[in-house]
Amino acid sequence: MTAQDMISPGFSDPVFQSQAAFRALLAALSEPGTGQRVAAEIAPPEGLASATATALLTLADYETPVWLPAALRDGAAGAWLRFHCGATLVDDPAEAAFAVIDGAADAPKLSAFNPGTDQFPDRSTTVIVQVAGLEGGAAFTLSGPGVPGNRRIAPQGLRPGFTAELRENGALYPLGVDVVLTHGDGLIGLPRSTRIGEAR
Amino acid sequence: MTLHQMPAEDAKPAYNYAYLDEQTKRMIRRALLKAVAVPGYQVPFGSREMPLARGWGTGGIQITAAIIGPADTLKVIDQGADDTTNAVSIRKFFERTANARTSEATEEATIIQTRHRIPEAPLKPGQVMVYQVPMPEPLRRLEPREAETRKMHAWAEYGLMQVKLYEDIARYGEITKTYDYPVLVNDRYVMAPSPIPKFDNPKMHMSPSLQLFGAGREKRIYALPPYTSVKSLDFEDHPFRIQSWSQPCGLCGAADSYLDEVVIDDRGGRMFVCSDSHYCETRRAQGHRGTMLGDAAASGLVQPSSPHPEEAAGAAVSKDDPVVSGASTSILRDAPDGAPQDEGSREQRM
Ligand SMILES: [Zn+2]
Repeated sequence: MTAQDMISPGFSDPVFQSQAAFRALLAALSEPGTGQRVAAEIAPPEGLASATATALLTLADYETPVWLPAALRDGAAGAWLRFHCGATLVDDPAEAAFAVIDGAADAPKLSAFNPGTDQFPDRSTTVIVQVAGLEGGAAFTLSGPGVPGNRRIAPQGLRPGFTAELRENGALYPLGVDVVLTHGDGLIGLPRSTRIGEAR
Repeated sequence: MTLHQMPAEDAKPAYNYAYLDEQTKRMIRRALLKAVAVPGYQVPFGSREMPLARGWGTGGIQITAAIIGPADTLKVIDQGADDTTNAVSIRKFFERTANARTSEATEEATIIQTRHRIPEAPLKPGQVMVYQVPMPEPLRRLEPREAETRKMHAWAEYGLMQVKLYEDIARYGEITKTYDYPVLVNDRYVMAPSPIPKFDNPKMHMSPSLQLFGAGREKRIYALPPYTSVKSLDFEDHPFRIQSWSQPCGLCGAADSYLDEVVIDDRGGRMFVCSDSHYCETRRAQGHRGTMLGDAAASGLVQPSSPHPEEAAGAAVSKDDPVVSGASTSILRDAPDGAPQDEGSREQRM
């Protein structure tokens, strides 16, 4: 089997599929907690949700180092990313512009990624957290820019202490990573500006 | 005043959808996502050359090009009007390069690219405002060095700005800045709202629409997500006030809109009219009548009975931008009698 056989196709219509996917990402990060869908019908490589793969196809390229868990980096997902995005896969989470983690895995913590610098807080990692579901889990509330009043989300399959990590990340504001939860073709944005309320 | 380097209409497009190549769009899109994550912070980006003359709002155009898609309807305004040279050219640019659906109706638009104004009609969730910004750095007049202003933002050291504003009050009895009046975003970053009149500043606060700002020459992108706190800088003993007028719009009678003074004849006759031409036309179509409407119609300035006055060539009050088209005889920007005291010249003392 050649590398080409392993690599599933990317966008069939890159211009319009990436435009639509970007608007979903823009809506997700400007209105934290709202469920957004990427309509791009792609066959993602093993280990990546459709929304994760679509977000990376839309945003990643040779200018953006990507961090993947070892099993994904050394498998079909790593080959797929190198082929379609030309992205460099890095070992050090702190070097990544984009990262994909499993929400249930113990490591790496959000604090392992790049929070940016006080003069360039935009140079932080965007961490895509793949979860078991965007609804039906333990609920917590969000407030801050993009949220009129409060918004409640209940993603499934997040490791214990993940909301505490989000809170610690928010305490770094205006530094901090920006989080995108993905499952299937759905995604929810949790930028560093979002304040995380008590779990309930 | 035409777009140059544009192919003939029937030529096979030599450019990508919405002009920009996909690599450039990705770079701008990444900057936009960081901009919404840190409201009011200026994200550096690799601004590209656009096939438009300098001063045409290439920052705003690049943002629109990076976000627009087949589902969008684009409105472009300049000085509040849809029919200025600048607005028409930008609209045509996207009609040609992105086959964009365009509209002059604020409520129909999903993307509103603007210079100088926020529409009077309330914005809605899902709409995106794109501002063309000439000078994104609100501290630049106080500190010319970029390395220094970057540190001031990094450490939220805005004392110099406060001192400058207070000096204004000590000297003139009020803050003299009437356009591009600085705001504090999400209680963290001081931001330039672009050269909109301070009348429009309150519309930014907790707006249901997403607001994106592009400065092409200065290579900066910044953003306000919906429902974000935007406070105009002021002092307890000198609270922020917007401009007000002693008379309503002469054409539609609106008392809640931003007014421009226009010359209506060659004998020095003048009147105040809505700067937002679509708002004014909509009100007239609904039957609202200002005290000068009859005179204006008689002298051919407007056609009050037309449901689509903008389609009648030469019928609407000319709103050509004096900055772009040179001396304009129809719009006066100096403070006249009856105008609010702070609706003065565009010269900013700050
Ligand atoms: Zn009017």
